Amino acid sequence: MLATLLISIGLNGYSALQQAYFKLDISVNTEKFVDDSGAPDNNKMNLFNWDGLVQSALREFFPEVKDRDEKKELFAIISANAGYDLKEIIKKKALGSGSHTLSVWLHLSDDADQYLKGRLSIDIPEEDRRINNKQIAWVNSLVERDIAKLKFNKTFFTSADSREPESAGILGSVIGSALTLFVTIMFALPLAVMAAIYLEYFAKPGKITDFIEVNVNNLAAVPSIVFGLLGLSVFLSTFGLPRSAPLVGGLVLGLMTLPTIIIASRASIRSIPPSIREAALGLGASKMQAALHHVLPLATPGILTGTIIGMAQALGETAPLLMIGMVAFIIDIPTTFTSSATAMPVQIYMWSDSAERAFYERSSLAILFLVAFLISMNLLAVVLRRKFEKKW
Amino acid sequence: MTLPLSFVFFVLLGLSVYFYYHAKSGIVRKAALLSDRTKALPSHYGQQSFLWAFIPSFLILLVLTIGGPNYIDQIFYNKIQELNPTFNESFVSLILAKVINVSNGKISTGEENIIMLAKDYKIAFEQLHFYRGLVVILCAALLGMIISYRQKPGSNAREQVEKFIVNIFFASAVIAIFTTVAIILSLFFEALRFFNLYNFFDFIFGLHWAPNVAIRTDQVAAEGSFGMIPVLLGTLLISFIAMCVAIPIGLFSAIYLAEFATPKIRDFVKPTLEILAGIPTVVYGYFAALTAAPFFREIGFSLGLDVSSESAIAAGAVMGIMIIPFISSLSDDVIRAVPQSLRDGSMGLGATKAETIYIVILPAAIPGLVGAVLLAVSRAIGETMIVVMAAGLSANLTVNPLESVTTVTVQIVSLLTGDTEFDDIKTLSAFGLGLALFFFTLLLNIFALSISRRLAERYD
Repeated sequence: MLATLLISIGLNGYSALQQAYFKLDISVNTEKFVDDSGAPDNNKMNLFNWDGLVQSALREFFPEVKDRDEKKELFAIISANAGYDLKEIIKKKALGSGSHTLSVWLHLSDDADQYLKGRLSIDIPEEDRRINNKQIAWVNSLVERDIAKLKFNKTFFTSADSREPESAGILGSVIGSALTLFVTIMFALPLAVMAAIYLEYFAKPGKITDFIEVNVNNLAAVPSIVFGLLGLSVFLSTFGLPRSAPLVGGLVLGLMTLPTIIIASRASIRSIPPSIREAALGLGASKMQAALHHVLPLATPGILTGTIIGMAQALGETAPLLMIGMVAFIIDIPTTFTSSATAMPVQIYMWSDSAERAFYERSSLAILFLVAFLISMNLLAVVLRRKFEKKW
Repeated sequence: MTLPLSFVFFVLLGLSVYFYYHAKSGIVRKAALLSDRTKALPSHYGQQSFLWAFIPSFLILLVLTIGGPNYIDQIFYNKIQELNPTFNESFVSLILAKVINVSNGKISTGEENIIMLAKDYKIAFEQLHFYRGLVVILCAALLGMIISYRQKPGSNAREQVEKFIVNIFFASAVIAIFTTVAIILSLFFEALRFFNLYNFFDFIFGLHWAPNVAIRTDQVAAEGSFGMIPVLLGTLLISFIAMCVAIPIGLFSAIYLAEFATPKIRDFVKPTLEILAGIPTVVYGYFAALTAAPFFREIGFSLGLDVSSESAIAAGAVMGIMIIPFISSLSDDVIRAVPQSLRDGSMGLGATKAETIYIVILPAAIPGLVGAVLLAVSRAIGETMIVVMAAGLSANLTVNPLESVTTVTVQIVSLLTGDTEFDDIKTLSAFGLGLALFFFTLLLNIFALSISRRLAERYD
């Protein structure tokens, strides 16, 4: 079953590792982008007509295209972000003053990309297709002249979300997930370990302890979306924390994984033979010293296993994050705990919801990454458990 | 002068660590002067100073960081209202939002008044940050000094420190209760606001769900109706389909794993099931929407049936696949908890292995198995991503698995992921659904846990 699932997704997703690029030889004069004192001026750079530059360079390949409508169709085979990308490339290169000729690789549009990968069937009538015969001919001629080809899709790993599939990447959501998980682990792990030690060694049997235990067990089975509702009404509307922030996402996921880690930690503490604790107590250690200095270090592998499983669960969780607004379209890579961010599973959800065919393969590839990461986390947990499983 | 949060925190931490060492060496010196021995280890006095200096100041920092901005917002809200008492509430909030954004430099404006207010706002924030830092650092320094001065070699620092730590441990355990209470209260109060706007019985027993209401007051739109029966029915239908898939496969695999599998197979299958259980639901949702739904549609077409592209059966079947590992690992534990003596007794009386399983072991395990199935049902009802991606949005009152139905969780997500006002009837109705969902799953969970516990007690 696992294999079917992964293979069907894998077949959808492997092609997103590649992306259709085309090569342009472009000459730029950097003197246009300096202010009066000779220092680079970003404003002038932003105002320059980069799209025009790319388009005129493209038209040189097809001198026969004259008509306005035809031009429009021709420009539709390259990415709508091509001009912007070119600007970024040139900014990064930090060229010296004077005029330069350079050849750059820019994205073809998602439709041309899908056609080159054979994902757009050309059997259906032209009107129903996203790419018409003329555009196919142009793309083919670019390929024949070795100007356009499929290359490794670097953009996918180095950029955040975008409206154009060809410039969309997962880096933004990966960092968003990392920030969220950091908050989750900082919040949940200490609390869970302290609660587990309390429940195992210090709680006096009674109503309060029973009530805590019932609550922990029930919270473990509460639907995750309810934690999202809790986050929405408590963290966002009562405490006024920012929407879409990894901080809030982390706290909500932390509350959600808390019972999982508490239960695992308790099991791990309970599996340490009482004789160790009794020996410590017998040598004059206090209850606290016996728990913290003797039992806890021995229970650590088990606690870590539980934590890894809890974190894997939190990493894959989507629904509560939808509730607290981490579903927004965010182009910037998040940098702080309060900046707007999205997470990997949410990104997958958003991509699989969008209309462009090219987003499907991207969400498949993102799924493969997420699943590979989760499986390795779970395997690590299994291996840890096997390694430290002791028969006392 | 600004004192950012991280700076204040690290100064606080540094001060507390300083007081740790200060108290640790100080107590030894004091003891030497009195030519006495300290009652606890020197490090306990250090810990005591650390806790004294750190915990109260940290709490102050937390309160000021969370409450401070809200307080400032409130002050400016009142200020704007005083400037022009004719403004209504939402307009004042709008101006406040503008002021905040201008002061952050997110937007720019030409309006003089707002620029002035934004400047004041920024100054107020800087003052808040400054005083926050000052108060926290002074508090830590003062408390640290007091405790170091008061510590005597004769006082038992260990007992005090440990008592304090146990209290912290207790507080972390109580967070579980707080979370439950917070869930119930927040859902309950929001739902109460919803029932002020909409009749409670119409919600519980209404047969029509169409949450389309006018967004602006001057808009013409159909009156929204919020009867939850069709939504509930859709949820139950999808969960039922999921259970039809998951219960047989899950149970059989559990019986196989517990009774027949060799240790080698077990060692391989168990971790695989765990990994399968660890696959995020959004992946199953993707699979349901893009692979399973077209697949069922094709099959339906070839049989001459009209299958909706968001059919309940696709969502339900994939959800069933998701739940298989859950049921099988829970049931496996339950079956293995049946004492070996029952098996030995049955085999000793001449029963075959199959007879032993369904005459002796399964009846003994039934309460636990029912518990596992109930937990799985509660899981299916609360499952969100699969149905959000693969089930429909329109609430049809039908039990036909080929049609499109909607579920409670789908409705909550679709109602809350727009840019709606927080006190809108649509938003509030999501909390009504959330409350229903919470109670439904809570009942199932409590029931399931009590059944499983009874089984555990019987064979202990």
